[in-house]
Parts: sequence; structure tokens; C-alpha cells
Amino acid sequence: MSAVAPTVGAAGPIPAVTQGAPTPLPPSAHRTLPSGLSVLAVRRAGVPLVELRLRIPAAGTASVPLGPATLLAETLLTGTARRDQVELAAAIQSIGGALGAAADADRLSVGGSALAEHLDELLDLLAEILTGAAYPEREVTGERTRLADRLAVARSQPGRRAREALLARLYGAHPYARELPEVEEVTAATGEQVRALHASRVRADGAVLVLVGDLDPDAAQATVAARLGGWAGTGVAPQDVPAPPPPPALPALVVDRPGSVQTTIRMGGTAPQRSDPGYAAAKLANLVFGGYFSSRLVANIRERRGYTYSPRSSIDHGAAASLLTVAADVRTEVTAPALVEIAYELGLIATLPVPAEELDAARRYAVGALALSTATQAGLASTLAALLPVGLGLPFLVEHPRDLLQATAEEVAMAARGLLAPAALSAVLLGDAAAMAGDVAAVTPIELA
Amino acid sequence: MPTPPGPAILPDLARTTLANGLRVVLAPDRSAPVVGVAVHYDVGIRSEPEGRTGFAHLFEHLMFQGSANVAKTQHFTLIQGAGGTLNGSTHLDYTDYYEALPSGALELGLYLEADRMRSLRLTEENLANQVEVVSEEIRVNVENRPYGGFPWILLPPVLFTTFPNAHNGYGDFADLQAATIADAEDFFARYYAPGNAVLTVAGDLDVDVTMAAVERHFGELPARDVPPRPSFGEPPPDGERRELRVDPLAPRPAVAVGYRVPDPLGPLEDYLPFVLLGDVLADGDASRLEQRLVQRDRLATDVSAGVGIMGGAFDVRDPTGFVVEARHPADVAVDDLLAALDAELDRVATDGVDAAELARVAARFAARELRSMDSVIGRARSLTIFTQQRGRPELLGELAGLAREVPADAVAAAAATLRAGGRAVLELRAGGAA
Repeated sequence: MSAVAPTVGAAGPIPAVTQGAPTPLPPSAHRTLPSGLSVLAVRRAGVPLVELRLRIPAAGTASVPLGPATLLAETLLTGTARRDQVELAAAIQSIGGALGAAADADRLSVGGSALAEHLDELLDLLAEILTGAAYPEREVTGERTRLADRLAVARSQPGRRAREALLARLYGAHPYARELPEVEEVTAATGEQVRALHASRVRADGAVLVLVGDLDPDAAQATVAARLGGWAGTGVAPQDVPAPPPPPALPALVVDRPGSVQTTIRMGGTAPQRSDPGYAAAKLANLVFGGYFSSRLVANIRERRGYTYSPRSSIDHGAAASLLTVAADVRTEVTAPALVEIAYELGLIATLPVPAEELDAARRYAVGALALSTATQAGLASTLAALLPVGLGLPFLVEHPRDLLQATAEEVAMAARGLLAPAALSAVLLGDAAAMAGDVAAVTPIELA
Repeated sequence: MPTPPGPAILPDLARTTLANGLRVVLAPDRSAPVVGVAVHYDVGIRSEPEGRTGFAHLFEHLMFQGSANVAKTQHFTLIQGAGGTLNGSTHLDYTDYYEALPSGALELGLYLEADRMRSLRLTEENLANQVEVVSEEIRVNVENRPYGGFPWILLPPVLFTTFPNAHNGYGDFADLQAATIADAEDFFARYYAPGNAVLTVAGDLDVDVTMAAVERHFGELPARDVPPRPSFGEPPPDGERRELRVDPLAPRPAVAVGYRVPDPLGPLEDYLPFVLLGDVLADGDASRLEQRLVQRDRLATDVSAGVGIMGGAFDVRDPTGFVVEARHPADVAVDDLLAALDAELDRVATDGVDAAELARVAARFAARELRSMDSVIGRARSLTIFTQQRGRPELLGELAGLAREVPADAVAAAAATLRAGGRAVLELRAGGAA
């Protein structure tokens, strides 16, 4: 061992960490308008801004077609009865604001922010869009062409391609199998379809609006009622996407990408939902395995083996199901050994208890990371916007840390068995098949795509 | 000269310089029980020697491999095990290390930063390991991905001619493989002196208690020579330099245009107009290039513009660039796109921008600045860079006001300057499947 520069002045012992009292919840007001729109306003006055998140559930029982839904999100802000695209964008910019929209299988999401003094104008703009988006034919045509190009660019990314292959393998014909439309679905979508979709889907029933920032919660509620009161519901409660069947465990799927210098490894399986009793334990098991830098996966295939830069595992939540993903991009020649190490770490945590010290570190990280991510206006707004549509809210920010601290080693062991057992996961390997499939077949059964 | 009062969001900045030269900034804000700690060293990609491209970044990785009293991986496990998050990043002119922590773990953060400023602990095995990790980082971010390194790695060698400004900051694999522990020792001794660093703590802290803790952890580190910072200045291109790259993975072409701008550390009234010009051209659907290139002429699918080749407008010294980047359909000729860009710059230069347009751009600028300061770590990092490069952390709180004072004719003049000077054009041709 060689030291860089002589050690000078020995430091004392590593300082102990003092635990603070739990943070009290910020002042808030939660109301539901007659239209069915649920509104949560939270005061967090870090900077003089306000963050806005709107989540509109996919209305109706039939799943929303992905092509028109995506085109709707891309063109929602391109004009209203009163203003064209440029006037609308100028109005948003003049309040220091930004607004954007996105669609997925569960909902349409609108997000943005503005200088806090302009909250009423921001809500006015939102109301104008929700009740009067015009989807001008010229803008729809232009966005449709651009969207096709952007989809081609998105799908050229190996991470996107591998994820698409994994979701298709896990979810089959269920809407969760696809996050982006095919180009043909977009080019076939018409302005008429988008306007009809807006009329049926962009409704207040079951929608959730979160405002976080330098605001007075009660005054903000009054402003929302005044500005968004005209956005109507249908009176029909929307239905969630049905739960997908449990993902099957299938042989590793090798997707050929000739000449690829890395193999994009993605593994997936089912995970508990936030409201499930075993969720905190599963989150801890995921952290210990690969959910943060101090995890076993990082220690093994990055810091010990040097196979990869950013190995990780994570839990993503849909309204009807949650997904565990294990991800690593490894140089082609170590694909098989990397899979062996990943399976080793998965098998270990699925069958042997996690030592107390390792588990406690993950607990403290999970509690601290939640506190840090909800200490900002944007982070708190996004967290609450994810919680409210599934029946959770501000209390989760107190209850979840408690659950994390109280989960027992036995509960974590059980959760790890359900979440991380390698036999229950499916893998996709996107890379140079000629260079790696032979080695991979020697360590695990494969299928060629 | 009296210092203008800081805004309410930076009410009580405290500053000191320790005997060993370490500059310290404290920014108390007790609204949430979290703190951000940032340490910036005044060395970056531009300072790495020829034959050692990528070394500043590799060295950043080595700073997490253990120090005098901390074992490999312990830096991560201690911070994260205390409920914190952490990272480091390498830039053209600086390298930063930072953590966000529950305020009860502030002392731990200071200890760990002081320990690796005191001395690193390196082994051949850890060096070889991190060379492999960095190589995988380059593969995942550049070699295995379409548009990898576009334009931050590919544009500098067109815009600049000297090694410090033009070379690839991620580094060549051969250079990374050739790196030795002796190189690291030299780099640490030369650039990682307390006097070459700035430490900022922002968030839930008591100024007196924290100053004492900083003194306790860092005060005993001996002062070391601080290298004079060389000028990296070079003449701007006097005409158009143009290069074509084929990206075998990209499905659509793209183009990046680079111009030179005034010294960022010169008078702000000369520099800010270029920053605002970027927003006039490409911030949002009401901007000039969005309207012209994307919406009207359909020459581009996406466009961006602004000061900074790698990072933002306020974390870099001279020379830097103003970069316009566009993705475009395969059937669009680059020269048509460039002609439309020139026409829009001419329009700003001759017809100017009206008051309402400038006001909304300034409002958006202010909101963006505020938003980036909302997290303790964002605030700590920005304060550190303003201290290191400009000696004035409070400037962070003044920027929004200064942006509102930029006169319209200065923005028009900035556009005229871009048109009058040389430029670099990097065409990326799509070699991938549609």
C-alpha cells in the first residue's frame, strides 16, 4: 500500500452521527373540488417559487391508445381557443414558468413551476389548457413528424431497447409492456382523435393536483377553486388499468446488437406496491442488494471486478403493479462472468439473512434519502404526486420512515426471497450475440430474440 | 466598495480563510434539517498533461478509494450509512466533491473531506480497478451510445486548437491505462492543496459551531504551495472551421455550432448578454430558433443554445463558447439550417429584442437560478464555484437582478458579435439504422 503524500497530523476518530428529531410535516391543506379534482397545497418556502404537478388518471375501462395519448401530451401546449403556441409559451415564460406534459399507461401528467408571486397566472394557464386546448392541425402535423424522429432517436439508445425488450417479456399484452408508441401508431394518429381523447380523458374525476412552494395553503386552495372550478368532471369514476399477471420467469433473452462494445443487462421481476405491508422490507432488501452505492452489487461488479460503471437495482411503481429492475452495462467480454456475479449476489440475499449492521446502514440511508429528496420543492411535489393517486399522501413521509426503522431482519429476509430470488427474474441481454451468447449459454439457459 | 445586500435566500453568508489558505463559506438556512458540503479544487480537464488525457476525471474517482484514515468504499458507506448522498464531478476548470447529509452528520462530512485533503491512500489494485470502471463509464456514455460525446467531446477540437482546450476530457484508453500511482501523487501534491480549494457548507447549521468544526478538521492541514493558474487563452477562429463526423449508431443527423464569447470572469455586463441571448434563441416554444427552425421551417426537431460547452455559463473560465445544437431530419441540408440560424442572429442583431421578450427571458432566468438553489447541495456547489472563480459567493443571489438590468441593445450586440466572428461547425452524420 502506498500513500500519496506523507500522512500529516493524524485525524481523530471518525465522528459519530447525532440523530435529529423527526421533521414535522410542512403546513398543508387538502381538499376535493365538486368536479372530483383532489388538491393538495403544501407550504415549503425554500425559494420564492411554486411547483405544480397534475395527474389525470386514464379514464374509462378500455386502455388508452398509446399513439394518440403520446401525441396529445406532445401537443397539449400548442394552442388554445385564445392563444397560439408562441403566445402560450410566452405567457408561461413571463411568469418565470415552465410547463410540460407526458402520458403513460396509468395517467396523463402535467408538471411545471413558476415564480411564487405568479401562482394565480400559472393556474389560469393550466385552466386554459385543460378546458381549451385546441390541438391546431398545423401543430399536430408538425409534432407528429418530430415525434417520429424522436422515437427513432430514443430507440437507438441501448438502455431504451433493452428496457423495451424486458417489459415486453414481463408483461406480454398488458399495457405496461409498452412505454413508447410505435412510429406507425403516431403517424396514424389524427388531430381529431387527439381532440376526442382530450374530451373524454382530460377530466377532473379522480385527478390530483399538487402545489408545493412559497405559498399559503389555504389561500392557494381558494385560488385553485376559483381558477380551476370550471374544469369539469364526468361524474364517472375512472378505473385503473387492471393488474398484469405475475411476470413469468423465462430464460435469458439475447437481443443481438452487432458490434456492441458492451452488453446492456436488464433483469426484471415483480415488486410490492407502496401500500403493501411488506414494502418497507422489500425496499431495504433492494438497497442492500443494489439500490445504492454502498450495496453488494456495486461492491462486487464495480469496485471489486471493474466490470461496469453504474450497476444498480430499483423498484418502479405503476398504479397496478410494481417492477424490480436490475441493470448493468458491462464490456462484452465479461458478460457471462458479470451474470454469474449478479446471480451470486441475488442468490445470497434471497437465501441468507442480511447482517444487522448492513441492514441498519440501509435503513438510515433510506430514511435520510427520503428526507433529502423531499427537502426541495420539486422533490416534495413529485413525491406527493406519486403518492396521492394511489391513496397515500403526506402521512407517508412519517409512516414510511417508521416502517423502515421497524422492519425486522426476518421480514427483510422474506421480502428478499420474494423480490430478488434469481429463479424468479427474467433477463434481457442486448449486445453482440456472436461475441457473448456462447459464454452466456454456458452459465444460464438463453433464447435468441 | 459596498457589497449589495444579498437576497432573503442567502441572508447570512459567513466567510473565512484558514491559515493554510482554505477558503470557507457558510450559508445557514435552518428550514430543513439537512446540510450540503461541497469542496472544489481548482484543477480540471484543462490542466491535465499531454499523454494523460482523462487524468483529472480518473483522479476524481481515486479520491473515493480511501484516505489516511478511511478504507476503500468506506467513504461511501459512512456517508450513505448516515442517511446522506454524495458524488463528485470533473469539469474544465475545477473538480468538485459533495455530500448532502442530515445535519447531525455534518461533522462526519467535514472529517471525510479533510481526511482526503490530508492524504490519499492508493494501491495498484485500486488504481487498476478504477481505470476499468472509468473505461466502462466511457463505453456506456460515449462508445456504446448514439450521439455519445456530442457535442461536449467532439466540438472542442473544432473550436479550439491548443491541447488544454481541445482534448477529450474523458481521455483515451491508452492514456488511462498508462496512468501510474506516481502520476496521482504528483497531481495530488500539485493541485489538491488547501489553498487551491474552497469548502462550502449550506443548510441547517450554526455559524460559530460550524466554523469551529471546520477549524478543527481542516485547520491542522499544513499549507502547501498553490500552483499559479496558467492562461488557457487562445485566439478565436478567424473563419469557419468545419468538421464532419459519422456516428455509426445515430439514426438522425445533428449539428453543433460553436462561437467564442468574452471572458466569463471579465465584466459581467459584457458576458451576461450572451447568456440571455441563449434563452432568447432557444428557451421554450416562444424562442427565436424554436419558432424558426422547429415550428416554421421544420429544419430541426430539437434545438438548444447557450453559453457553455461542458456545464453552464457560470462555472467556467476563459476560453469558453456559445453553442447552438440542433437535431434534424435526414433530408434537411445542414447549410439550410445554418442559413436560418444566421438569419435569426441577424434579426436579433438588427431589429433587437423588445422589452417584453427580454423581460420574460429574464424572469425565466431568475426562476431557473432560484430552482437550482433550492437544494442544499445545489446551493453549496454554486456558492463554492462563485467563491473560487470570482471571489464573491454573494453574486449567486445577485444574478437574477443583474439579468433583469441587461439592456436590449446589449443582447443585439451579442448577436452581432457572434455573426461577425469565426465559428466552428460540427456535423454529425447519421450512420445508424433509421
